[in-house]
Amino acid sequence: MEKLLKLHHLDNVLVLTDDIQAGEHNTCGEMEFYFPRSIDMGHKVAARYIEAGEKIIKYGVSIGFATKMIQMGDHVHLHNMKSEVLPKLINTYEN
Amino acid sequence: MDQMRWKGYLRKDGRKGIRNYVAVVYLCECAHHIATEIANRFKEHPVQLIGSQGCYHSEYAQNILNAVCTHPNVGGVLLISMGCDGVNVRKLEQIVSESGRPVNSISIQKAGGTRMSLSIGVQWVDWCLGIIDGVMKVNMTVEDLIVGTISSGNDATSAMTANPAVGQAVNHLISQKGTVIYAETDEMAGLEGVIDERTTKPELAENLKEYIEKAARDPRVLTYSTIEEECMSLYCQTGDAAICGMIKPAQRPTKPGLFLIDLLFGDQKKAKVPKINVSAKMVDMIASGCHLIICTTGKGSVIGSAIAPVIKICANPMTFIQMRDNIDINAGGILDGDETLEEIGEKIFVGLQFVASGIPSCAEGRGHQEFILH
Repeated sequence: MEKLLKLHHLDNVLVLTDDIQAGEHNTCGEMEFYFPRSIDMGHKVAARYIEAGEKIIKYGVSIGFATKMIQMGDHVHLHNMKSEVLPKLINTYEN
Repeated sequence: MDQMRWKGYLRKDGRKGIRNYVAVVYLCECAHHIATEIANRFKEHPVQLIGSQGCYHSEYAQNILNAVCTHPNVGGVLLISMGCDGVNVRKLEQIVSESGRPVNSISIQKAGGTRMSLSIGVQWVDWCLGIIDGVMKVNMTVEDLIVGTISSGNDATSAMTANPAVGQAVNHLISQKGTVIYAETDEMAGLEGVIDERTTKPELAENLKEYIEKAARDPRVLTYSTIEEECMSLYCQTGDAAICGMIKPAQRPTKPGLFLIDLLFGDQKKAKVPKINVSAKMVDMIASGCHLIICTTGKGSVIGSAIAPVIKICANPMTFIQMRDNIDINAGGILDGDETLEEIGEKIFVGLQFVASGIPSCAEGRGHQEFILH
């Protein structure tokens, strides 16, 4: 069963519609992925190679940027992406 | 997508309703029991109980009651007050009367207590039901509809199925000249850029930026990596349309299109108190003219509303199995790959027109009529 869902045609990440076990193969349309580690449902993986500094696109809009290069199929989360707006928001709180 | 056409109720003020209710309205807590007893005598009839706890004057409560009592889904209004209330009963009665609806008010003190008020109220509602039965029926399409979107009890699936599918339905609504009001406006932090691109007027973009700043709060981390992502998981309910404006509760959209509703308490520059009670948010949307409300859920939700039907879209297939009774549309098929976001979006678009045409939603069918002024 396909467990990878593209929410918007512009997206460079896919969401997991089910848990993926370590060592599992899965597909999204024509694209094939291999997952060396397990990833939980609802999390994101890269739909393609993403450069460090590049925007992460989900729902067709930027939800942050890559803090390091991300290979196709890599889990995309706090370890390799960051909010663009949070520092500004924290500034707003403190002022 | 083909447009459906159904019969609605033409009000004397020119607005069209999809339901034809007598609203029994308590204007203070002392009148609550009597109003409930009156409404309970008409369980099989289109009679709904709404009200305010009253006692002190609240401009907010007055505005909302003025708007809800003249909502297009309301045909007639019975007002019940103690006689010493904070709500301006005479003004409310006048507003309803001027809208061309039958209206009556009972002062419990003048009527002579519980039994007399009950008896007068029941007689009047009985009479009013006969009158509103004769209201003129007219054709309606989505062009005549104001649809609200909201969520109640999100989980990780909400972000992948129900919310983006509602966005697709909203796209259909907007492309067919319908009007949509989006309520999850306290969760738009980090979306300034996205929202800016979708607003046509610079002053509106500026207002929205200020609003987002007021509503900003710390992000909760679930499967979301950033606050932008968390906010988008709800905001995707708005689809792709341009934002026409930001309205206050009881203010109505001025033209077809997508509107956001301001649901923050207080006017202070840095107020950070969003309304969190779903029923209270729905009442605000209904006061702003919503004929019906689309409500997504992941963990499950039973809530409905007085005056406007609530349609439940369930994101999580497990929740759907567990709470079938309360779910109108299961968006969970997207997770299994059985259905696409587009297909569920179309189902929602078609389903809401069926409900508009008179078919009861699950919440209506189970008798849910929540109403709170907060």
